[in-house]
Amino acid sequence: MATIAAPAGGARSGAGPEWGGFEENIQGGGSAVIDMENMDDTSGSSFEDMGELHQRLREEEVDADAAAAEEEDGEFLGMKGFKGQLSRQVADQMWQAGKRQASRAFSLYANIDILRPYFDVEPAQVRSRLLESMIPIKMVNFPQKIAGELYGPLMLVFTLVAILLHGMKTSDTIIREGTLMGTAIGTCFGYWLGVSSFIYFLAYLCNAQITMLQMLALLGYGLFGHCIVLFITYNIHLHALFYLFWLLVGGLSTLRMVAVLVSRTVGPTQRLLLCGTLAALHMLFLLYLHFAYHKVVEGILDTLEGPNIPPMQRVPRDIPAALPAARLPATVLNATAKAVMVTLQSH
Amino acid sequence: FAGLSDISISQDIPVEGEITIPMTSHIREFDSSTLNESVQNTIMRDLKAVGKKFMHVLYPRKSNTLLRDWDLWGPLILCVTLALMLQRSSVDSEKDGGPQFAEVFVIVWFGAVTITLNSKLLGGNISFFQSLCVLGYCILPLTVAMLVCRLVLLAEQGPINFMVRLFVVIVMFTWSIVASTAFLADSQPPNRKALAIYPVFLFYFVISWMILTFTPQ
Repeated sequence: MATIAAPAGGARSGAGPEWGGFEENIQGGGSAVIDMENMDDTSGSSFEDMGELHQRLREEEVDADAAAAEEEDGEFLGMKGFKGQLSRQVADQMWQAGKRQASRAFSLYANIDILRPYFDVEPAQVRSRLLESMIPIKMVNFPQKIAGELYGPLMLVFTLVAILLHGMKTSDTIIREGTLMGTAIGTCFGYWLGVSSFIYFLAYLCNAQITMLQMLALLGYGLFGHCIVLFITYNIHLHALFYLFWLLVGGLSTLRMVAVLVSRTVGPTQRLLLCGTLAALHMLFLLYLHFAYHKVVEGILDTLEGPNIPPMQRVPRDIPAALPAARLPATVLNATAKAVMVTLQSH
Repeated sequence: FAGLSDISISQDIPVEGEITIPMTSHIREFDSSTLNESVQNTIMRDLKAVGKKFMHVLYPRKSNTLLRDWDLWGPLILCVTLALMLQRSSVDSEKDGGPQFAEVFVIVWFGAVTITLNSKLLGGNISFFQSLCVLGYCILPLTVAMLVCRLVLLAEQGPINFMVRLFVVIVMFTWSIVASTAFLADSQPPNRKALAIYPVFLFYFVISWMILTFTPQ
């Protein structure tokens, strides 16, 4: 029995390095988990077919080479070496079976390739779309094209988060339940996803021709104006400047989105409803971002800690007169802003 | 047709080359020698690997070391150090708007995951953990900046103090970006490098901002 088993073991050990090499070529040395690009057509169930095919070929060769393999016994170090080889083979096979199963399950759930076509952009395209988001187009007779990509909007939302963080810090915002970072991320992503969904729902009601992806892209690029305005006015605290920018830059990006929506909707009532809602939400969001996270209090200049003093002097403004003119809806304010305004109005 | 009969490959064009299989790392799990060695050996080997990668980050050249033998020990050590140093001593809970340990941790790791997903979706051929490894290791200059800032903050506060800290943080921020670009840029398609680098810029900007605005109470 030993003489028959030994050539089988020899054949398996011969298949061992080959199995290892095969695996290395496909999986790339076991260094990554999400390796979508390394999974070619031999992955998945066909992997096992290939494996079984290979195995069968090996076994056929074993029967043919039984006589020749007996002479290679010398390198096995007798029974001890043979057992080590066999156990190593078994462990190897079990490892690969487990790995195959795990990678199959993973590729089912972690398939990010669904999103890949939405990130297929060039830098020049992103730049031109950013600039175009500020230019309203008058042509409303037939549907305007919206680029369905997610890279630009996602990066703009993250940029807005970064700018908000800067603004919250320099205005010494106090967040009671939560953290600065969490609030910033929640606000920006909540606005982008929430308002997009809401407008998409309204568009469905008003029979407008726009898909969810296009709405996400449109609103995302509309945040470019917000980024510019907030970046400038969080550093230069002139309120006349803010109102000017709010109307100009905010208004331009809103007009662009409105024009696109109008070109895709039929009927005056529907157009009014859809575009009015979007314009109101967009402009009010910019207003909210500015006032909620920007506190101007006279006299704080003396008591501020050193690093938080912005380079420009804070300009005292008539806060009670400005606020009613802006007519902020109470529902838009969160607890922080309410606390801030109560403090200001009591001065 | 006389000229056609002379077609032959001349002898001095080499018909040979090298086929290199990328990442031929041997399967260490079945190498029983690492299971039997002492704990000290294992730790020292891992620490040496981490230290070697730190050197590669501090002197960034275009090299494959971080990508080839990726590990997540270095990023973990750096992240924990940074989070510990950025933690406010929350005695005064009213001013508690500063980043806490969990917040820094979450920002670093989820930021790195987001950047990795983004670069993969843009068509990069880098694997998930390799990218995490590079981004984590390139936080090293910012951790050094945090140490320096804490030392500088022991002196008296004022605009000069702030200027010194601003300068240090900006220098280290640039260093981080240069280091991560040196490692990550090659894995992106050539015309989309800017698209992949921008989120890295934002990520390190947020971390630098957290370091710069840190004031111990």
